[in-house]
Amino acid sequence: MPELTKEAEEATPVGDGEPILEVRGLVKHFPLTRGILFKRQIGAVKAVDGVDFSLAQGETLGIVGESGCGKSTVAKLLVNLEQPTAGEILYKGEDVTRLSGRALKAVRRNIQMVFQDPYTSLNPRMTVGDIIGEPYEIHPEVAPKGDRRRRVQDLLDVVGLNPEYINRYPHQFSGGQRQRIGIARGLALNPEIIVADEPVSALDVSVQAQVINLLEKLQSEFNLSYIFIAHDLSIVRHISDRVGVMYLGRIVEIGTDEEIYDHPTHPYTQALLSAVPVPDPAARDHRERIILYGDVPSPANIPSGCRFRTRCWKAQDRCALEVPLLAVPAEFRLTEGPAAHPSACHFAEEKQVVPPEEKPKPQPKPKPQAAPDAPPDAPPGDEEQDAT
Amino acid sequence: MLLDVRDLYVEFRTRDGIAKAVNGVNYSVSAGETLAVLGESGSGKSVTAQAIMGILDMPPGKITGGEIIFQGRDLLPLKEEERRKVRGAEMAMIFQDALSSLNPVLSVGDQLAEMFIVHRGMSKKDARAKAVELMDRVRIPGARERVGQYPHQFSGGMRQRIMIAMAMALEPALIIADEPTTALDVTVQAQVMELLAELQRELNMGLILITHDLGVVADVADKIAVMYAGRIVETAPVHEIYKAPAHPYTRGLLDSIPRLDQKGQELYAIKGLPPNLTAIPSGCPFHPRCPRAQDICHTDDPPLFRVSEERRSACHFWKETLRDA
Ligand SMILES: Nc1ncnc2c1ncn2[C@@H]1O[C@H](COP(=O)(O)OP(=O)(O)OP(=O)(O)O)[C@@H](O)[C@H]1O
Ligand SMILES: Nc1ncnc2c1ncn2[C@@H]1O[C@H](COP(=O)(O)OP(=O)(O)O)[C@@H](O)[C@H]1O
Ligand code: SF4
Ligand code: SF4
Ligand SMILES: [Mg+2]
Ligand SMILES: [Mg+2]
Repeated sequence: MPELTKEAEEATPVGDGEPILEVRGLVKHFPLTRGILFKRQIGAVKAVDGVDFSLAQGETLGIVGESGCGKSTVAKLLVNLEQPTAGEILYKGEDVTRLSGRALKAVRRNIQMVFQDPYTSLNPRMTVGDIIGEPYEIHPEVAPKGDRRRRVQDLLDVVGLNPEYINRYPHQFSGGQRQRIGIARGLALNPEIIVADEPVSALDVSVQAQVINLLEKLQSEFNLSYIFIAHDLSIVRHISDRVGVMYLGRIVEIGTDEEIYDHPTHPYTQALLSAVPVPDPAARDHRERIILYGDVPSPANIPSGCRFRTRCWKAQDRCALEVPLLAVPAEFRLTEGPAAHPSACHFAEEKQVVPPEEKPKPQPKPKPQAAPDAPPDAPPGDEEQDAT
Repeated sequence: MLLDVRDLYVEFRTRDGIAKAVNGVNYSVSAGETLAVLGESGSGKSVTAQAIMGILDMPPGKITGGEIIFQGRDLLPLKEEERRKVRGAEMAMIFQDALSSLNPVLSVGDQLAEMFIVHRGMSKKDARAKAVELMDRVRIPGARERVGQYPHQFSGGMRQRIMIAMAMALEPALIIADEPTTALDVTVQAQVMELLAELQRELNMGLILITHDLGVVADVADKIAVMYAGRIVETAPVHEIYKAPAHPYTRGLLDSIPRLDQKGQELYAIKGLPPNLTAIPSGCPFHPRCPRAQDICHTDDPPLFRVSEERRSACHFWKETLRDA
């Protein structure tokens, strides 16, 4: 596939130089209105409320956090499906939010999204070929009409589906195969950045592994940069170079996977990690669990000061008054260690949530036959097993 | 033994033919014990549970064989009226999706109170007081004020706790929880699982926990039954199965969990897809996906071999699987 590999050749190594994407002070407020004829604004849902991060070329940034904390809204802002209320999205140094027309279109091509739900995100009345090729209608310059069919077949091949399936419909595929179709579509325009919003959450354990392997393979093949959103913390750790933890519209802690998982300093991250069930029955009796009581406050009514304080077991008076900034906490600033990473807490401190000796033991290596897909002649998703 | 499911078979009549959803399931639970039923979607976990509860859609469903022995008697020959008495009072179920299993037009208080009015003959007033007490017990803040609210006015985690309250109301001997936390965040999942475990201990109930989350299983189960294509392929005490699975499918599931030492490597993935239940493969139903399959697996359906007193595996090569683990 010459077109698809072209860009990978001039790839820069991971983490080198300028970030490919940088987000500064990103805000998205949805107005809350009352009244039918005369709508008046009575408040705002602060879905995203000041988010900063950067993404290097070839890097994967994982974003985790509870339902409703704003992950999908961030994703939609990045791919221009929503307009930010404030903030900048810099793609190679250029603020995308200020672009329009042709310039915007050119940038959008390079940032593509893969959606969560393989069952509803594909139009059931379109063939797989039309679904994957649809982006070419908006960007005909990428593939001239006569060339599209062949390109779509190439894409099917890249994601491990039989190119002969091009005329089939989504319902003829299984969940994992549909997610591959979604990924193929995301790749159609040779993007540099893929924003994947819960790409494997709807899939079964065994199929999840197939799709994760595919994403990793594509990343190294095409030097893609990923924003990978998920709530499964072990999958995020597996795939991410760095991880950002979101709470109520903000990133509260960000760092390398080791910094976040082994040396978290924010109480929310610690609680989140300690709540994850460990697939090792031997660990159950001697783990310390931090159970958070209460629910996440409404994003229309965010607590003053530290937004986590209503559920934080360490909260003090100061937390209600002063907003903690996302920065390396003073007490770690002089140390070089893994605790020295940005954490938005006045009382940041290390706390081992899963002691290393209790981590799941290394398993004997499985046989190297991790097959990425169904046998090519297997009937694709001949029955739908959506009952769970 | 509180519940003993023996050789249960369930079929569905579908457009494409007869779907054999449950094909000889055997499992059992004692009082105070937690059995986790593990398997991919479509493997028959929920259908088995529905058959136990007596809430299977019939038709298109049909129980074509087996026994469900509960507190010493087979439930299957019972009339619907008798089944109804068992349901709620003796066994109760918690569903994945609390919003669609609670009645949207009745306040949660009324729904809870109804259990006491119907099954215990309580007065409206006493039943209402019981409802508040139960909501308190499952830690709904401000239970007294919120007892008149409707399901959609509660968060997902609270709704799931209200479902638990409904299931616990009459202190049944057995609870079946079908993916009770799958739709919830890990923090809320931890709250709900803790509550469930606490109430189970207090009431010495048997608990069947249906899930596909290997972490949740490791956290709470005493024993596991792994399902594939409508049958149990392995049963074992929880500690043993994680240490050394005796069936290649269980092994595959455990190996597909991302592990720390595998970062940057390819994850193990079970190849292919679960079978079509209208055309289950001959011999061992797992053979098209099994890395260990031999000729015998294509032709001979493996019985549940006895691995030890408490363990069974439906694999011709369970010894080899166990040895390689
Ligand atoms: N179009 C909209 N109008 C009003 N509120 C919205 C809109 N889209 C999202 N929200 C609100 O913004 C908040 C963040 O939503 P978002 O979908 O980004 O959460 P999320 O982190 O992706 O959650 P999940 O894990 O459940 O997918 C939620 O409170 C949501 O209800
Ligand atoms: N009411 C029904 N009609 C037809 N088929 C059904 C019905 N309920 C379940 N099935 C089928 O039975 C099989 C097992 O389903 P289920 O027990 O729900 O799986 P799971 O293990 O995910 O809980 C699936 O193929 C499902 O489609
Ligand atoms: S700033 Fe205060 S309330 Fe916020 S996380 Fe830190 S200790 Fe908790
Ligand atoms: S019986 Fe054969 S095909 Fe089935 S699990 Fe065992 S080795 Fe695999
Ligand atoms: Mg989302
Ligand atoms: Mg189910």
